[in-house]
Parts: sequence; C-alpha cells; structure tokens
Amino acid sequence: MIGLLRSNSGLVAVGIVGLALLAGLPVTLDLYTLLQITLYAIFAILALSLAFIWGYGGILCFGHSAFFGLGAYAYAVAVINIGESTVPLLIAMALPALLAAGLGYFMFYARISDVYVGVITLTVTLIFYNVINSTAGPQYHIGEALIGGFNGMPNVPSLNIPFLPDDTLDPQGMFVLCMGLLLVVYFGLHGLLVTRFGRVLVAVRENEQRVEFLGYDARLHKLIAFSIGGALAGLAGCLFTAWGNYVSPTAFSVVQSAQIIIWLMVGGSGTLLGPVIGAVAISWLTVEIGTQQVVNANVVLGAILLVFVLLVPKGVAPMITEKFVPWVLSLRRPAATPHQLPQEGKA
Amino acid sequence: MDLAIVVAIDFVYAIATLALISLGLAVVFGMMRIINLAHGEFMVMGSYSAAVAVHHHINIWIAILVVPPLTVAIIGAIIERLIIRQLYGRMVETMLATWGLSLFVVGILTMVFGDITEGVPTPLPGITIGAYQASGYSLFVIVFSVATMFGVYIILRSSRLGLLARGTMQNAEMAAALGTDTSRIYAVTFAFGAALAGLAGGVLAPVSGVFPSIGGSYIGRAFITVIGGGAAPLVGTASASLLFGTINQIATFATNPVYGEVALLLAAIVLIRVLPQGITGRYMRGSL
Repeated sequence: MIGLLRSNSGLVAVGIVGLALLAGLPVTLDLYTLLQITLYAIFAILALSLAFIWGYGGILCFGHSAFFGLGAYAYAVAVINIGESTVPLLIAMALPALLAAGLGYFMFYARISDVYVGVITLTVTLIFYNVINSTAGPQYHIGEALIGGFNGMPNVPSLNIPFLPDDTLDPQGMFVLCMGLLLVVYFGLHGLLVTRFGRVLVAVRENEQRVEFLGYDARLHKLIAFSIGGALAGLAGCLFTAWGNYVSPTAFSVVQSAQIIIWLMVGGSGTLLGPVIGAVAISWLTVEIGTQQVVNANVVLGAILLVFVLLVPKGVAPMITEKFVPWVLSLRRPAATPHQLPQEGKA
Repeated sequence: MDLAIVVAIDFVYAIATLALISLGLAVVFGMMRIINLAHGEFMVMGSYSAAVAVHHHINIWIAILVVPPLTVAIIGAIIERLIIRQLYGRMVETMLATWGLSLFVVGILTMVFGDITEGVPTPLPGITIGAYQASGYSLFVIVFSVATMFGVYIILRSSRLGLLARGTMQNAEMAAALGTDTSRIYAVTFAFGAALAGLAGGVLAPVSGVFPSIGGSYIGRAFITVIGGGAAPLVGTASASLLFGTINQIATFATNPVYGEVALLLAAIVLIRVLPQGITGRYMRGSL
C-alpha cells in the first residue's frame, strides 16, 4: 500500500490538494471569487476532455466546442422542458457522446488522417454555429424552450438535487459539485489510461499500423475515446449553462475551440494535470485582461498560442515534471552518482 | 428570361467569390503543404488597407486592386520569416501557429480600428436587366476572379519564378541540388499567396463591409474549398468552387443563405470523407 502511494506520489499530491480546495475554499473565499473558481473548474473539465482525445488518443479535434456547445444547449432545452435537472444533465452528456460516436464512425472507419480530422471537426463546429445563430425568432423552439438565435437562451434553471426540483444548488453547492466532478474526471481518466483500453489507445497514438498488426482494432479504440471526450465536453457545457443560467452561440464558436487548444498547448497536451493548469491560468488571465481596456484579449491569447507552438511545444507541465522535479530531487539527494555512469553516449 | 439571367449571375457570382477567397490559400497549400488558418485575417488586412487608402482619397480602383496585395504581401513575407519558416514540414503545428496568428491579428485590428464596420464605396453602378436590377460590381467580381485565375496560371506556367516554384513543389531536394534557393522560393510563394488573399480582401471590401472579425466568415469556406480541391492550386480551386458554389446557391435558393452555407459545409465533409486527398488527388493528377 505504501509502495503504491509512493510510486503514485504525484497523483496523491493532486488528490490531497484537490480535496483541500474542495473543502476549504467555500468557507474561506468571498462569493465572487468562489463563482470564478467554479467556472475555472468547469473549464478544467473541458480541458481534460480534449486532453484525453488529443493528448492520449492522438485525435486532432479542432472543433471541440461542438460538443461543449451541444451539451450546453441540450441541458438548457431539456431543463426548461422537464423542469428538473437530473435527466437533462444525462442528456447533455449523451447527445455529444452520440455526435462524437457518429462523427468518429464517419471519420475513423474511413481512415481519414489527422489533419483532415481537424478539418472535419472544425467544419462541424461552423455548421452548429451557423445554424444556432440563425434561430432567432419565436418560430424556433423545442418544446417550451426558445432557441433564441444570436441572443442566446437566458434564465436557464440551475442544477438541483437529483429529483428534487425545488432544491436548487446555491453557489457553494455548485462549487463543490464542479470541483468534485473535476476530481472524479481527473482520476477517472487516470484510471482509464492504465487499463488495457487506455494502454492500447496510447499505442494507437504512437503507431496506428503497428497496433493493428498486433490484432487490436485501432478504429474502435479511437471511436470510444472520442465518444468519452465528447460526453465530458458535454458535461462541461451543461455545468457552464447551469453556472451562468445562460447559453449563447459563442459556446459553439471557433474562438471557443481555439481557447481549449490554447489551454492544452500552454499546460502540455501529453499530460492531464497540464491542461487543468492551462485552463485555470488562461481563464484567469482572460478575466484580468477583460477588466482593463489597454490590450484586447485576442491579442494576448493569439500571442500565447504562437509563442507556445514555436518555443514551448510540449507545454508547461512536462517542463515541471522533467526539469523542475528532478532538479528538486537532486538538491535533496546530492549523493546520486552520475559521474560513475559511462558518458560516451551523450552528445 | 430576365429572371433566369439574374439567377445565373447569382450562381456564377457565388462560384467566383469562392474561387477568389480560396486562391491564395490554395497556392500556399498546393506549393508548400501549409494550411494558413490566418488566411481570413490576411484578407481582412487587405480590406482595411483598401479602406484606409480610400479615406486618403486614393483612386478607388488603385485602393482595392493595388494597395491591398502589396500591403499584405509585405506582411506575409515578414510572417513567413518570423513564424512559418520555423515550422516547415509540421502541418499541425503550422495550423496551430497560424490559428494563434489569426486571433492576434483580429485583436490588433480591433484595437486599431475599433469594433465597427468601415465602408468602402462600390465603384460601379447597378445595371438593369429587364424588370430586374443587378449589381454591376458583381459582374466585375466574376470577370476579375476569372482573370486572376488566368493570371496565376500564366505566372506559374510561363515565368521563371513559376518554373522554379513548380520544381520546388515537385521535389524540393532535387531543386536545391540544382542550385535553387528553395527557402527563398518558399518565402516568395508565401508572400504571393498572401498577396492573393489581400487582393481578394480588397476586391470584396465594397461588398462585404470591413470589420475585424469578418475573416472568420471567409476562412471556413476557403479552407474546405482548398482541402476539397486537393493539391493542384488552380484546377483544385476551380473544381471545388464550382461544386461547392453550386451546392451553396441551390440550397440558398431553396431555403436561405444560412442553410446554403450549411449545405456547403456538409457537402465538404462528405467530399473529404470520400476523397481525403481532394478532387485533384483523384482526378486530373499533376495538373496545376
């Protein structure tokens, strides 16, 4: 048991910090800050959903906001019609998962290569954005829910305790839920990646052909991973709508897709912790930029993406784990004896 | 009869604008295997340079046909040197970097010009066809689009630069071994593609209005036209524009412009699924 804990010391640390935040923040922070951090947690779930399919599945999804937006709208439409949030939450995950499964079947079973997967997913996002934007007017409604076009849908009910429509979550409850779900998703994905399925998925990313020669169905693994990513993005969309009681077509926008990719690029797309850090840091930065009038947020976001692609292509997290942690360890254990190792092999 | 002519003009206009906005992207993609996601912003910079030139009382034709390509070619050359050159051969990284560039440019344009729509006057009056009124400028855009395609064909086919560019496109290492400065060819090709984007932005500025985020509405269509067309920049752009433009107009005619655009995007997805290498990856291989 202790050996297991030690070998996963990073995960244990994340879990302890996460639980501490989960329990500590609601009692220490003011309401405004707590609401902001709830939003960061929602975005972190969104970042994780793309990190899973992009960083581990090797699927270059350039239009991840399609799933986020679909989840956001599915929740809004369903909760207005049903009046209770449990089923809508499940719908908000199921619909994007179905879309991802359909798209995945369409793309992976035709063996479309990575860049074209990016093109198709981006195009799908554009379709959603165009269609939703054009639905202003009373004739566009699903049940009792007006879609609202470019005006979006205001007054969407918050989440409530399952099957108790009158017990809606207060901001503290919403924070605990989002933070808790973030931890569940983070550790769930970690757990998934060490299963047989997860190992094969990573192998597919490394070399699809070789995996198929070994008898695994690479297409099916990508399809399942893509659906899981879609469902998680839908969950984030649902939480986002419930958080702000509002959803607008910008959830589907190309800028939203770009933003998720920026979180990944900044944090490090080959990790799970990196995208969480990236999502929180960039969201915080965007809010800070929004409070002053000097620089446009797009300038900063674009520059960040450029700089990271050109100069820090692996993101921040690998820098911490590969450079900073070994450096700290080497400070603690100076007795390690690198001079005894043969040096010829090093360039 | 008059109605048929007006509708026909609409159809051809849709195809011609699609070809015009895609051509610069297609040249860069066909020659260099680079997808420039900032292409829409290159067009917008062309539009803004036209608007600024008009404000300074420069002749309208010079403002929309000469100033934009020159301005954007210079910007393109600088961007090639600073960004694109670092990423040759890495398609995904190039797409991400140019995506960042596109956000950056939108932000800069918003800071400089504000989030308002600038106007560029239409230099041609409307024309009357029977009982109907058609835009004379639409006809100009159609003619100009065809002329631009033809001009690019002449440059690639007949000029020395075109010869070197085609040689580099076919086999960069062999071209380099024969004494061609391939990195300069790439730089010039990218600047040429940027100039075409700027030209498209300038020509369309009187029709579309000019505001910072309008590039987003171009890039989707240009992007899928180029991918759908495949590696051959001219034949690919022409065939994909013909296909997508026709689908777009039929759907627009049957419903409304939004669903026209949606039909275009859906058609593109299906085409990419059937022909991932684009139309010219399967048919008319090796054409320009």
